[in-house]
Amino acid sequence: MSLSNKNEQEKNIRVTEDKFLAPENRKHTVIGPGGEEIFVDPLNDYFCTEKPKVEKPYKGILEKFYNWARAESLWVLGYGTGCGSIELPPLFSPRFDAYRFGVAMRPTPRQSGVFIISGYLAVKTLKRVIRSYEQMQNPKYVIALGSCTINGGMYWDSYNTINRLDHYIPVDVYIAGCMPRPEAILSGFNRLKEKIKEGRAEGANEYIEKLEWYKANQKKIIKDWNMPDYNW
Amino acid sequence: MSELLKQLKDQYKIFDITEVKSFQTFFSVDTAKLLPLVTSLKENSGYTVLVFITAVDWLEEDKFQLTYIVNNPEEKVDLGIRVFFKRDEPTMESIHHLWVHAATFQREIKEMYGIDFPGSPRVDEPFLLEGWDDIPPMRRDFDTKKYSEETFFPREGRESNDPATFMKLKLYPDE
Repeated sequence: MSLSNKNEQEKNIRVTEDKFLAPENRKHTVIGPGGEEIFVDPLNDYFCTEKPKVEKPYKGILEKFYNWARAESLWVLGYGTGCGSIELPPLFSPRFDAYRFGVAMRPTPRQSGVFIISGYLAVKTLKRVIRSYEQMQNPKYVIALGSCTINGGMYWDSYNTINRLDHYIPVDVYIAGCMPRPEAILSGFNRLKEKIKEGRAEGANEYIEKLEWYKANQKKIIKDWNMPDYNW
Repeated sequence: MSELLKQLKDQYKIFDITEVKSFQTFFSVDTAKLLPLVTSLKENSGYTVLVFITAVDWLEEDKFQLTYIVNNPEEKVDLGIRVFFKRDEPTMESIHHLWVHAATFQREIKEMYGIDFPGSPRVDEPFLLEGWDDIPPMRRDFDTKKYSEETFFPREGRESNDPATFMKLKLYPDE
């Protein structure tokens, strides 16, 4: 295929519908190497459309062992959504030293098991939060930091900031305060550990069980929904 | 500074001059004369920096105000230029050809106040509010509390107090 042919091929991408989608995610036809037209629906063709399944916890001593292992190595997604993210860097300084609790920061959702929603959450950020949360591997836990995630905090009557985080993703531990000190966050980590060891931190399964309810809430406020229903 | 103001008064009929500080003066000008005025300030008078553009919604007087702050880095003085226009014709000339970053201010004002700047780059794309379908949220006839209560699932049991009455009750409970 020559270069001019390639340029023609790019020009031939036809936009059919859905104004919110990025151009490469809209339904379009591409011209194949032999000149044939190929219809592409990226949201169905490029992403998995299968519904996620509940992973039932094991029983007895095996699950207890797993939970102990999970609780002792909490890997946090390095994604700060609001002002509370400024309280996270001191956690890993020698003064507070979160590493002694097995807490480490990770750069990508695929590697991490704990999502800290640090402070207020704008609608625009919520979309990215949902994408990141759904890409994290099971089992995954959510820590909600600050009063903004509980009832909106000082942004309770804002046009752009959500009031209750637990309507959009399941929350395991709330840490109240505006903003909570690093000591409070460490205490929250310990509370999360207790919860995991007791086998009560089943947020990921709860999310899948009530997926329709969560999706309805999310789509109510994210009016330009431009991603697959579930982002694997 | 005063010489420049005198010259501007003769040439562009500026009015309502307020000297806030020795290095900061505000004045108003007609909408049609803004573009020549700003161009001349930039080209001839050394006001080469656009600090910001902001908008005010005067709902009771049925008009919008735009304030352009320009700065003269040589003399270290600021000029604030106010223009007023009616609320039902929210259109203003774009100045992105003078300062590139004016396009970003204009895009934000378009989104937050619904004031249009025809020809400004990417002015119709969403900037902070993705998929917003209500009236622009910074307009004063937009009820943000009502919108929040209808949209964001408020948690019950929240109490809030008017600070004035709360402090009065706390400090002077007998009155």
